[in-house]
Amino acid sequence: MRGMSRIVKTVTNVAFPFIMIYGLYVIAHGHLTPGGGFQGGAIVASGLAMLLVAYGSIWVVGKIKEKHLPVLESVGAIGFIGLAFIGVLLILFYTSYPASFFKNFLIGQDVIPIFNEIGKGLANINTAGVIPLMNFAVGLKVIAGLFAIVLVMAYSTRLKEEK
Amino acid sequence: MIYNIPYIAVVALILIGLYAVIFKRNLIKIVIGITLIESGVNLFLITLAFRKDSVAPIYRGSGSPLMSLPVPHALTLTSIVIGVAVLALMLSLVVHIYRHYGTLDSRKIGGEEE
Amino acid sequence: MNIIDELIFHSPALIVAIPLLGAFLTPLISKINDKLRNGFVIFIVLLTSAIVLLLANDIYSVCGKIHTYVFGGTQTITEGGFAIRILFEVDGLNIFMALIATILAIAGVIYSWAFMKENTGLDKYYTLYLLMIAGMFGMILTGDMFNFFVFLEISSIASCALIAFWTNKGKAVDAGFKYIVISATGALFILFAVAILYGQYNALNMAVLASKIQFSFLDKIALVLLISGLAMKAGIVPMHMWLPDAYGRAPSSVTLILIGVTQASLYGALRMIFTVYGGNLTNTLNQIGDINIDLNLLLGIFIVGLSLLTIFIGVLMALKENNFKRMIAFAAVAEIGYMILAIGSALTTAFSTTDTTTGVMALKGGIFHILNDALDVGLLFLVAGAVYYATKETSLNSLGGLARNMKYTTIFFLIGLLAVSGMPPMNGFASKLIIYQSTYQVNPILAIVAILCSILLLAVFVKVFHSAFLGPKLPKFDEVKEVPKSMLLAMGIIAVIIIFIGLFPDLVLNNIVQPAVNALTDHTNYISNVIGGIQP
Repeated sequence: MRGMSRIVKTVTNVAFPFIMIYGLYVIAHGHLTPGGGFQGGAIVASGLAMLLVAYGSIWVVGKIKEKHLPVLESVGAIGFIGLAFIGVLLILFYTSYPASFFKNFLIGQDVIPIFNEIGKGLANINTAGVIPLMNFAVGLKVIAGLFAIVLVMAYSTRLKEEK
Repeated sequence: MIYNIPYIAVVALILIGLYAVIFKRNLIKIVIGITLIESGVNLFLITLAFRKDSVAPIYRGSGSPLMSLPVPHALTLTSIVIGVAVLALMLSLVVHIYRHYGTLDSRKIGGEEE
Repeated sequence: MNIIDELIFHSPALIVAIPLLGAFLTPLISKINDKLRNGFVIFIVLLTSAIVLLLANDIYSVCGKIHTYVFGGTQTITEGGFAIRILFEVDGLNIFMALIATILAIAGVIYSWAFMKENTGLDKYYTLYLLMIAGMFGMILTGDMFNFFVFLEISSIASCALIAFWTNKGKAVDAGFKYIVISATGALFILFAVAILYGQYNALNMAVLASKIQFSFLDKIALVLLISGLAMKAGIVPMHMWLPDAYGRAPSSVTLILIGVTQASLYGALRMIFTVYGGNLTNTLNQIGDINIDLNLLLGIFIVGLSLLTIFIGVLMALKENNFKRMIAFAAVAEIGYMILAIGSALTTAFSTTDTTTGVMALKGGIFHILNDALDVGLLFLVAGAVYYATKETSLNSLGGLARNMKYTTIFFLIGLLAVSGMPPMNGFASKLIIYQSTYQVNPILAIVAILCSILLLAVFVKVFHSAFLGPKLPKFDEVKEVPKSMLLAMGIIAVIIIFIGLFPDLVLNNIVQPAVNALTDHTNYISNVIGGIQP
């Protein structure tokens, strides 16, 4: 589809970084305030969709190759499932460990002290163990997935005379 | 009585959605009907979590000691994600059907004779 | 504890998680090589089936053993008496369905090595295939109501995308659209019922819900919504419209797993009726004169009525069809009717005080028929796919004389034909004989209808066999060769299991079906394994 006028493109240029930062903020503070992986990812994906509307799908497809998006999506999903698996695989290292799938293995231990604190303050990011890492993985997957859906729908329904 | 209005809205949304899925012929209207049913069920899930004079379940040292239940919020979030995925899939299929048949009328597509 | 004990302890989570991990690794691996991706997918499915067999060995060793697994912790009941974590609970019925799913998954993956070789976009196909397998296993093994809904939606979205795989034809995409509309509506009904039950009892765990449930008006609404939603997914008349289109226009290896998903929804209906509402099945609803109408009697009569309708419509519509796969799909509808017939007649008599052996025998026949039907109809669909692969024709009017060129396929079709219509020495005979015997004692008319429709099914398939495989050789089929070896291997695995079950039905009945029936009728055992007895 064709892009829109110059005023729309200028306003998009100004607003796009703010939307991205706000979306990443919602993903990163998912364990303290309302939000998390899917919500922040949807915000960033709608910012990218705004880019698609303002500049036209042909220009965007020229800049972002569509075959990289499934790789990003797979990396996000593998990160999520891998973090869940480590809770089980720790039984190989410590033989008397009460392991289960999806166990929060970063809370209450002294090996990696950075994620160890519990409830220190109201806005401390490193307080919930493995939950912020899972939020990042899910956020990456949602960004790649939703943007791929919108991009394919916009690019494949372009009119025939625009080439 | 005023606390019953969300439940009446839930039933109205689900009935309108079911009417659109069963009786309408245009494919896009059927998709909109399914989205309406899903909105009704999500509203029902959130209405179950409310208690009178409660606050959001975020801060520990807030004024009122009563918080609304956080579990239905998580259930509703999962349901919204599933609804987005189903909607994206249905719209992609409608794009393919329109490209192949040239019409969106559900009586003219999918015959066995061709 | 050594590695095998650890593997058995964590196995319910591993059975769902390993196909999920494999599904997300497939797009990365397929960038390297194609054969590596095919081998990786088959390796993941074989690893999952090895873990399922280990778990089955562990559960069948002790009578009435239930294996529970909590996600992210060690116990479900906290100090205050609340149940907080997601629970997987594996008893005799769950592991029975998991064994069926394993056989279908192995055969499907081996079949699709050669069947889909000339198609493009195969990395997406294998990703969605592994996701469908993971969703099917999750639906079978879970013990939590909302988790059941999530896995139901995962498998229905993945299977819709795979039904519409051949996007160059318009008919397959239309079948996918019909499937997703009915599937999404049914799943939303189930979510509505789960929300009603959660609002009343503050519990999502199946065992906690089973111990707390009473029979108020809202519970009746939830029961009706649950059964309607699950019947929509299982293809019971009058919600069967998607089944011939979806089974008939999808690739054959996809149809095999679709059969597994349909039967997992039927398992869900069984679990809801017998275990979650188990304590209320003997509640008296009305009293006419001196006859008590219990809930189980009412449900049983209703389900038996639906099943007769299903069997009739399945067989009558199969008689007039000309498309090979659509005819087998209508036969699949009729077979689901047989399962529902056995379960309905078991409901009417299993809880009565005078005679309980008929009910248990009917339940045994019904559950045995789930296993047999999955294998028989699966083999028939694989043969139809092989015929399509060799000749590129789907209509019966243009096929003929294929037995000269495709010898093995003809033998497999003969085995499937005998098994579906209930002829000895195949496995269909054993389960259908139990169904005839037990439904005769409930009401003779049911058994007469069942036998009649079995004979009609035999007539339908003999006609198909004669017109497609026997007869003079057509000149346009001169270069038709036998199908590749991997497809023959997949069909051979299922055929060997069919003949084995047909020759030794006692082994299967006593060791595999009997624990499933015990687990179904004994809901107090299920509750006590999680929370230690019914709470007052």
